[in-house]
Amino acid sequence: MEITRHWRLQKQRYGLVGEQCHHCGEKLFPPRDVCPECAQEAQELYRFSGKGEVFSYSTVFDAPAGYEGISPYTVALVKLEEGPLVTAQLTDVDNDGVEIGMAVEMVTRKLREDGDKGMLVYGYKFRPFLRQEAVLPA
Amino acid sequence: MNEVFITGTGQTAVGEHWETSLRHLAWQAIEPALQAAKVEKPDAIFVGNMLAAGISQQQNLGALLADFCGLRGTEAVTVEAAGASGGAAMRQALLALRSGEISTALVVGVEKTTDKVGADVTAAVAAGADSDWELAQGATAPAIAALIMRRYMHEHGVQLQQFAGFPVNAHANARTNVDAMFRHALDELRYAQAAMIASPVNMFDSAPDADGAAALVLATGAGELQPGLSVRVAASSLATDALAVHDRRDVLAFAAAKLSADRALQQTGLAHDQIDVAELYDRFSVYAALSLEACGFARRGEGWQLARNGAIGRAGRLPISTFGGLKARGNPGGATGVYQLVEVARQLASMAGENQVAGAKWGLAQCLGSSGGTAVTHILQGVESS
Repeated sequence: MEITRHWRLQKQRYGLVGEQCHHCGEKLFPPRDVCPECAQEAQELYRFSGKGEVFSYSTVFDAPAGYEGISPYTVALVKLEEGPLVTAQLTDVDNDGVEIGMAVEMVTRKLREDGDKGMLVYGYKFRPFLRQEAVLPA
Repeated sequence: MNEVFITGTGQTAVGEHWETSLRHLAWQAIEPALQAAKVEKPDAIFVGNMLAAGISQQQNLGALLADFCGLRGTEAVTVEAAGASGGAAMRQALLALRSGEISTALVVGVEKTTDKVGADVTAAVAAGADSDWELAQGATAPAIAALIMRRYMHEHGVQLQQFAGFPVNAHANARTNVDAMFRHALDELRYAQAAMIASPVNMFDSAPDADGAAALVLATGAGELQPGLSVRVAASSLATDALAVHDRRDVLAFAAAKLSADRALQQTGLAHDQIDVAELYDRFSVYAALSLEACGFARRGEGWQLARNGAIGRAGRLPISTFGGLKARGNPGGATGVYQLVEVARQLASMAGENQVAGAKWGLAQCLGSSGGTAVTHILQGVESS
């Protein structure tokens, strides 16, 4: 069971907490020690809003160990409204109902479980941003 | 800086070698390479491998293989850079040879993907991706390629069928490669109907993960690979990019591949059209297109066009995957980079048989790790001995 690896990342997985570099202003997710833009220390925590849009997506039919139970599932590159791109699963949506540009919002869901008696790993997924969905044609 | 030549090559067939263990497989490539080079004891061994720890519970292949191959005591290490491990092992050998610290080196890439089957292999192979931020989200290697491919199709207005030429070319070339894993022709018309692995990447887009071993012997000073023909290592460059695709400045550009190809070409002073043959990392069709763009053989968003009208065929202006590429020769992980080098060397030494690209003098081999997070480019030159 990989308890500590996942425990360390709680703030990121449950709260989408990243960083803002106070040298160049770049917003980063996940947090890093060195800003990839200006190479200075990036130390100020920043909580992202969770709003974004689908930049790309793919429905996975060949799942890796730990994810077979939810297969097929759709994974996406989500462009957060503040700028960074994240890789995350989409949820509460038909695998066939996804489009590039679709508005999405972050929710916390179960990412995987390590067997019947193993640990549960939770983290961020993204679902269609419902208010935006209401204006799409029927 | 010393000149380095390839003086011996060896490889196994690529496939599912259920009866053969990792150490035996490596020896099957090492023995013919040492014999061809007439080298009994190389000064150092560089092993390219990515999966042995996860799949075969075996680390330290350097010491393991040195001992198993009758070379106990020899300096030996594994070099790992995910799918680029083979090319990275070659790079390390080259650095050691050029410095003069050693005079001969054995480079061996070996992979035993089939020591496990199923979802555990999918996960092991995906360990080249960012574990905390890509794999933990369920993103496998094909899924990451698919995210890139769908965005590529969206931004550049390319239809799925337009990638078909890459696997079709690869399979056509593999028909005459006895060591290739898949030797049947691929029907271009069936391409768009193939079963999905991670949409839009389908079975015809995706190279098979397999077992295989390939080896090279390198030496400083001159050394013939064939009577009258030498293969000189003219350029070598390794570069990195953000490991996670979502951290890259441009998701649709292989920045590491561009850096390493630009540097390698600069080292030789060659123009792009002087490259006679290229083994590129066609693990997924979209990676072949992006590699062509990164190396400067096509403009951004136009790499897919070379798969039309035979430009990449053996008689075309830039033959690629001349022995089947990753798609049809197969993709034995850390060994792939060494297979590419063996294939280019054989092209330049007129040893390619029915796969021969006529008059090939300059060849490029490039392998990628972690969806382009690492790229290693080598340029080889065929030289006639006077």
